[in-house]
Amino acid sequence: MEPILKARGLVKRFGKVTAIDHADFDLMPGEILAVIGDNGAGKSSLIKAVSGALTPDAGTVTLDGRTVAFRSPIEAREAGIETVYQQLAMSPALSIADNMFMGRELRRQGLLGRWFRMLDKPAMQAFAREKLNELGLATIQNINQAVESLSGGQRQGVAVARAAAFGSKVVILDEPTAALGVKESRRVLELIQDVKSRGIPIILISHNMPHVFEVADRIHVHRLGKRLCVVKPGDCTMSDAVAYMTGAKLPEAPAAA
Amino acid sequence: MSQTDNYEAAAAGATTDVARFDAGDKGIIGRFHHLLHTTPALVPLIVLIAALTLFGVLLGSKFFSPFALTLILQQVQIVGVLAAAQSLVILTAGIDLSVGAIAVLCSVIMGQFTFRYGIPAPIAVALGLAAGTAIGAVSGWLVSRVKLPPFIVTLGMWQIVLAANYLYSANETIRAQDIEAEAPFLQFLGLKMQLAGATFTLGVLLMIALVLILAYALRHTAWGRHVYAVGDDPEAAELSGVNVHGTLMSVYMLVGFICGLAGWVMIGRFGSVSPSATTGVIGNIQSITAVVIGGISLFGGRGSILGAFFGALIVGVFELGLRMAGANPQWTFLLIGALIIGAVAVDQWIRKVTA
Repeated sequence: MEPILKARGLVKRFGKVTAIDHADFDLMPGEILAVIGDNGAGKSSLIKAVSGALTPDAGTVTLDGRTVAFRSPIEAREAGIETVYQQLAMSPALSIADNMFMGRELRRQGLLGRWFRMLDKPAMQAFAREKLNELGLATIQNINQAVESLSGGQRQGVAVARAAAFGSKVVILDEPTAALGVKESRRVLELIQDVKSRGIPIILISHNMPHVFEVADRIHVHRLGKRLCVVKPGDCTMSDAVAYMTGAKLPEAPAAA
Repeated sequence: MSQTDNYEAAAAGATTDVARFDAGDKGIIGRFHHLLHTTPALVPLIVLIAALTLFGVLLGSKFFSPFALTLILQQVQIVGVLAAAQSLVILTAGIDLSVGAIAVLCSVIMGQFTFRYGIPAPIAVALGLAAGTAIGAVSGWLVSRVKLPPFIVTLGMWQIVLAANYLYSANETIRAQDIEAEAPFLQFLGLKMQLAGATFTLGVLLMIALVLILAYALRHTAWGRHVYAVGDDPEAAELSGVNVHGTLMSVYMLVGFICGLAGWVMIGRFGSVSPSATTGVIGNIQSITAVVIGGISLFGGRGSILGAFFGALIVGVFELGLRMAGANPQWTFLLIGALIIGAVAVDQWIRKVTA
């Protein structure tokens, strides 16, 4: 089976710092791929390079068999790659509904929409409300409240709901449960399974080993800016994975699976 | 994972109701605070009404007449249009020090193109508006692509445009009677309409229409939401799919265009075309004053353009009211200075979500 999203020989340097060092990456159709690695291993840079937020210095990215070179997150989004970044990418002073539809607003039907380009606020609010309820974010009282008035976990929930609602080819989640409570984390994991059951593959970056081993089909271990190996949760233990990513132990068959 | 007990299952029976809290009786001040928080343009509106009431009581019907009240509108029309432009830039967390200079240069272009080259007045006006838009495009490109601070870009542009204005016009004024005789279209926005003692010029109506259109666009179109998002946090806006460069370019070009309109309004107001009109030097400060009194945050992303319009009117009310009361004009500046500081202080209070 061909990977739906594939990267070969990616390099990204920031001055003298090498963030990505000839990294390879494969995401198979319909799978949940976890990316784990130490702090500073370059996980986030790798994800940004395939989602258009960073332009790699060298290497190729292939989506659905076609070589792509995203110059901005907008282009990646148009190609169907939806990303939740660690810093969440929200406009604090705008409402939840405004944020969910940022860059893909719905317009009114007919004259008001076509000539006066009026936004369809009721439809956007109803949609946003529905998606947040799916995620169990019932503690959000008012869909029109500004994002700055939400707690960290609620903001995370809104960002995840946005990605899950709009991703059509690939959904990338960078530390989606880092700021969440037990119940909300569980919801996010269920949501990940739900997105997978719709046939959309997911890239999950996380430090939470129990979560990774629970939902991932394969685990990409990132170390020192490149892929160290890919393991299956059934074939190794959490301790092995941690040993690989910290360099305490070397994998037996490099880049297997 | 065998050693863990299934702690997550305990959350299975969690309630799914939407949380409700007793908001508590926050009292009149609390409720008023909440109202101001949700509708920021209310503060300048309250100040405006208070100022109108104050001068109405002090001066009686001399001030509270249709004639005097519409005179205020005529006196603020140039600053009002410039403040509309300034609001847009400041909402993107920028600032434009060149608005007044662009307006003067555009009015000079409209006049000189008609009189020096014999271009029909409507075409000269269109060229003047195009020149304003082009200057805005240069500033926008420098801010958005070259990443220079807006303050620096427009500080330089202010000097460049003002100097170009003097060089090109050779500091020649085109007299009002010449314009009236040969190209009345240039004074089109000065056309007056009487209505029961009230006098409206087309320039005043243009200002009001402009503010209403921009208020609609900022609130009810995707472009408007993007302007706020870019001002709030440009990186977050970019990552969530906003074309930040395109939005900034559209804002600066629109601002240049509106400054061109202000130049046309100037010809209607003064009758003549003068390259040494004071708007070129103080128009920027006047417009920034109106915006700040109107409660728009200089840090971007917050505020409403209606507030800036009320801010311009407040300044106009103070100017006319104090002059009618026979006060030294310096009192106007003193009071406006106090208003600026007061407006920002009130703004800080409103910002506190947890008050």
